[in-house]
Amino acid sequence: MNEAWRFFLLFFGAAVVANILLIRFIALCPFFGVSNSLDTSLGMSISVIFVMVMATSVSWIAWNYVLQPLGVGEFLYIPAFILVIASLVQFVEMVIKKTSPPLYRAMGIYLPLITTNCAVLAAATESVKPGFFTKLNIPYNYGFVESVIYTLGVAVGFSLVLIIFAALRERLELAPIPKFFRGVPIAFITAALFSLAFMGFAGMFNL
Amino acid sequence: MDKDRTMFGEFIKGFVRVNPLLVLMVGLCSALAISTKVESCIFMGLAVIFVLSCSNVIIASIRKFIPDQIRIPIYIVVIASFVTIVDLTLKTMPAVYERLGVWIPLIVVNCIILARAEGYASGATVPHALMDGLGIGLGYTCVLLIMSVFRELLGTGEIEMFNTTIISLGTKKMPVILILFPGAFITYALLSALLQWYQDRRKPKEGEG
Repeated sequence: MNEAWRFFLLFFGAAVVANILLIRFIALCPFFGVSNSLDTSLGMSISVIFVMVMATSVSWIAWNYVLQPLGVGEFLYIPAFILVIASLVQFVEMVIKKTSPPLYRAMGIYLPLITTNCAVLAAATESVKPGFFTKLNIPYNYGFVESVIYTLGVAVGFSLVLIIFAALRERLELAPIPKFFRGVPIAFITAALFSLAFMGFAGMFNL
Repeated sequence: MDKDRTMFGEFIKGFVRVNPLLVLMVGLCSALAISTKVESCIFMGLAVIFVLSCSNVIIASIRKFIPDQIRIPIYIVVIASFVTIVDLTLKTMPAVYERLGVWIPLIVVNCIILARAEGYASGATVPHALMDGLGIGLGYTCVLLIMSVFRELLGTGEIEMFNTTIISLGTKKMPVILILFPGAFITYALLSALLQWYQDRRKPKEGEG
């Protein structure tokens, strides 16, 4: 398989075929939390793409150059990765605050939330530590570039669904809905229909 | 409020009043993903109960020594240690471990546990925190079981546990959608609508009639 084509498949598979929100149910809390308005979901999407790619890069280095050589990866990977993510988020927040105040105003409030966004830990664990990679039918060797491309795919998939869903929910506000289904239940029913649509991609790589 | 904090009250509140999944809306991800099978839900529920009560107890007992600025990293390290214990324990059962997969490390960032650590255990006594952990954990497990029984029974027509069939409807022609991804959202939406109906009925005077 051509290397570039394989990378494309990896990206596409992570973004759409095994979409992290609708097919794998990871990171639903921020999904339902911030999908109320289009503006907030745009801000959240940019921050998530940025932090996820950085988190996976640092976790990859930590796993391959620190945890593995010391032989402690098997039982220290959870605290190590989560600490990496938490401190990274804090660091990114400080850097953005110093260098670009407008960007900080746009992203600032979402950054602390991302620490507990399970998608970040999930993508880092799956793409770095052998034994968790999803059952996409694509050869995967746990290289650095692959990990970053896979994570980018996951993050783009998250953003894509978040933005579409936010636009849907803004319309939903005006729709006539049965009394007990207003609010949370109708959001979930919409997500179910949405997920049904995304299942159409499932046959593509024999997921 | 503090006076009527009885042990039993702390324990029982996790079932309906502050149910983590239906009322607080935290920890949804794992609940929707693994509720396809009753068996995995039992293991996941036990794992969450264990991690939640242990981390609650530890955090409540050291709460006076934790500097305020770095409390979140400390909570996460405490939680991560207990999750590692669960992770290594479940590894001895390869079939279960494979099905729960990435959800075990993800208990660390399961919002239920951090929310209880930050919102409850950081200001409670040790016995109260233990009761709260057990109650919230059991509340989570209960909703998980309701969802998984509904989905597995109606989606596949039978409930299978530990390689034996517990209940069988005697037919295989079932709405498969319930066991697939949209089924999780639909099941949760129904439960949530049911809760709204129940809460509405309990205070009839406040409604418009």
